Amino acid sequence: MELFRIKRDIPFMSYGRLTTTISLVTFLLAVFFLFTKGLNFSVEFTGGTVMEVQYRQAANLGDIRNRVDALKFGEATVQSLGTSRDVLIRLPSKQGITSAQLSERVMGALKAADPAVELRKVEFVGPSVGEELVTHGLTAVIIVCLGIMLYLALRFEWRFAVSAIIANMHDVVIILGCFAFFQWEFSLTVLAGVLAVLGYSVNESVVVFDRIRENFRKAAMRNKSVSEIIDNAITATMSRTLITHGCTEAMVLSMLVFGGPALHGFAIALTIGIVFGIYSSVLVASPIALWLGVVREHMIKPQKPKDEAVV
Amino acid sequence: MNRYPLWKYFIIVVALIVSTIYTLPNFFGETPAVQISSSRQSIPVDTALMGRVEAALTAQHITPDGLFLDGNSLKVRFHDPDTQIKGRDVIQQALGDQYIIALNLLAASPDWLTKLKAYPMFLGLDLRGGVHFLLEVDMKAATDKTMERYAGDIRREFKDKKVRFGAIKRNGNTLEVQLRDAATLKAAEDAVARALPSLSFTSDENSFKLSLTLKPEEITRIQSDAVKQNITTLHNRVNELGVAEPVIQQSGSNRIVVQLPGVQDTAKAKDILGRTATLEVRMVSDDQSMVAEALAGNVPGGYDLLDELTPRGPQKILVSKEVELTGDNINDAQPGFDENGTPAVHINLDSTGASIFRQVTAENIGKRMAMVLVEKGRAEVVTAPVIRSEIGGGRVQISGSMNVAEANDTALLLRAGSLAAPMNIIEERTVGPSLGKENIEKGFHSTLWGFAAIAVFMLIYYRVFGLISALSLGVNLFMLVALLSMLQATLTLPGIAAIALTLGMAIDANVLINERIREELRNGVPPHSAIQAGYQHAWATILDSNITTLIAGLALLIFGSGPVRGFAVVHCLGILTSMFSAVLVSRGFVNLWYGRQRRLTTVSIGQVWKPET
Repeated sequence: MELFRIKRDIPFMSYGRLTTTISLVTFLLAVFFLFTKGLNFSVEFTGGTVMEVQYRQAANLGDIRNRVDALKFGEATVQSLGTSRDVLIRLPSKQGITSAQLSERVMGALKAADPAVELRKVEFVGPSVGEELVTHGLTAVIIVCLGIMLYLALRFEWRFAVSAIIANMHDVVIILGCFAFFQWEFSLTVLAGVLAVLGYSVNESVVVFDRIRENFRKAAMRNKSVSEIIDNAITATMSRTLITHGCTEAMVLSMLVFGGPALHGFAIALTIGIVFGIYSSVLVASPIALWLGVVREHMIKPQKPKDEAVV
Repeated sequence: MNRYPLWKYFIIVVALIVSTIYTLPNFFGETPAVQISSSRQSIPVDTALMGRVEAALTAQHITPDGLFLDGNSLKVRFHDPDTQIKGRDVIQQALGDQYIIALNLLAASPDWLTKLKAYPMFLGLDLRGGVHFLLEVDMKAATDKTMERYAGDIRREFKDKKVRFGAIKRNGNTLEVQLRDAATLKAAEDAVARALPSLSFTSDENSFKLSLTLKPEEITRIQSDAVKQNITTLHNRVNELGVAEPVIQQSGSNRIVVQLPGVQDTAKAKDILGRTATLEVRMVSDDQSMVAEALAGNVPGGYDLLDELTPRGPQKILVSKEVELTGDNINDAQPGFDENGTPAVHINLDSTGASIFRQVTAENIGKRMAMVLVEKGRAEVVTAPVIRSEIGGGRVQISGSMNVAEANDTALLLRAGSLAAPMNIIEERTVGPSLGKENIEKGFHSTLWGFAAIAVFMLIYYRVFGLISALSLGVNLFMLVALLSMLQATLTLPGIAAIALTLGMAIDANVLINERIREELRNGVPPHSAIQAGYQHAWATILDSNITTLIAGLALLIFGSGPVRGFAVVHCLGILTSMFSAVLVSRGFVNLWYGRQRRLTTVSIGQVWKPET
């Protein structure tokens, strides 16, 4: 069985203008939503208390909301979590009252209505911790970008490094934009997912770049133009790209289906990341590299004709 | 041509055997156990204790599945949770409060695995249930407390040296002393330089003002001591909760992480962590007739019959009800040595404490004084030294008849009464045990079904090569679990997600290789060369893509916290194992399968489609 029967090279580079426009529009939309709607940060970032409780029967959310509001701890949100028996209660941080007292008083109020309610999870985060997480998260993103660029610049060429990072950041911004648009909760686990996408989607660009470099070295490709060489590289790696991503996506979907609420955000971030990862590495990174003016001489140093890719 | 030298097969086989051994403990599950450990160095956990526990259990007709000493603790296995609870009660009665007795779950793997140090993976709180607290130490309060102490020290020092001075004002970390003239200013400077070397001072010649500030290294020392003391205090308190494997660690410069696996009653945990014990100094009555009467059960009025903690076990001691001094006046207690080189405990009192202490000691030379630790309304005598002379200056030394371990214990207990600085809970995470179990199940199922889907696809699409890819992916999973068990890295739910994701990404290497082989075959290259070329060409790409992923993983590991770090550890390890399994192991399988055949005309890698030209 062979899924991808491509007779001749697909002229990806000639679609450059179209794909760049699509990317730019989605990117700008993502930025727009990030600024207008903002991310729905989880309690880990904002500080506050989150409680997960489980009832024996389906929970009466309205009643729970009334009971929690009656305690006057500020604006509380009550929502069901996956099943109708699991309930998530979110409370803002409050001065002068410890999280311990807070969760106990809420539980007291809930137990008064239904003694069978079980406290499954409490999470309390002070406001100062959240700020640190944001700075640490941003530092991580910057370090990842710099590290990857440095490696690619050494291994390939700076033009490839720059285009790979732009393609990557494009994926990351679009994931964040989706989280902003749908107001999905942005937790630390999601951040881990987003940063994993950063490492994963650069793989894609690396595979294509590797092929481009190899093509530059091939005698048969000597008289081809740069964009033809890139087209050939993308076409040749096409089946691998789709199969690999399909497999990774199968794993991620499995997490989405079986992983429960704790892994939900993580799996969603990766799904978006994988879909846009395919697109961006093929149709964003390469056109940018071309546009930055990659030519054969950048990849092959004339005085050192040794081909190290073929070890 | 597609043959491995023997040593390569040897490496693969050794890696597989080691992985199997270290993965095994994860399959055996856990048995209930009771863990007995000591909170003090002077009360050892040894074979004698093992005998006592065994005897106590046999007396109650409880047969444990096994007893063994493990480092500083004695572990007793039981067949089921019911006997475990019964056993705990029996042991508690037999040993008393000297030991920490906690319920625990032990790996049920056979002894030979345990001897090889093969343990199951260490599960994080989100998988086993428990409480996690992040506490922040109020550093300003710690330095404030020290400054107040220095103000008292200065007052006393100046009075001793007959230096007349005006008001002492505290302004942040600076103390300002108003003096009368140049002569007293000079005298004051000398006194401070001699008695309080940890303060640096500047003087204003015109207004005769002496400003004293803490040296920066002194501030650092105060702060690190405050964290250390609070950690010690927390240790003592957690010990009472009977938690089998508590984690109490410094995190950053001013934070303490407390993790209590398996603790369900968070309210109680918070209550105990936040409690303050008090230390009281009271006089001992050695009047033989009164002691005899008290021992007979008739304690005289105004006295308490308390337990004194000695290396030989608790001993009765008769102590006056009148409190001379409390722990609030104790600034610090450190183990050390006296002038004769015997182990001693040095206690530093604040100014009020010092003057009271001088008076008490002056009046009671030759008598014994007791340091009583009152916790949960129960009083225990930590130590009861004889007063040899009047002690002034607030520096007290307790020495004689103790060894280094006892001096450490005593100092610790004296300090335990108080926190060096107040702490606030800034992060709390409680996970119920049922949620933990569910998380494990969910993580396991996600990985299982994802793996199955990939394996089935690879098998259909690449046939024999697909089977080999799936097998090496399985080896990867095996090695990753073995590595995690070996390193005893904490596995959390994001860690399980990382296992799944790493597997999903690791298949990339095999897809690259298989596609490359197909491509070579498509170009008419004979099978053996195609395999060779496929692996060769793919290797450079695999290396590049894995290194970039590893860069991202390492950055996560360094800058991430909590769930992100749990993810990153597994992710990084997974990248390393996947490179080994996808390239070396899969090639090993291929060579085994096809390498023997000298004339290879076809390989089973699925249909190789050739475009019609």
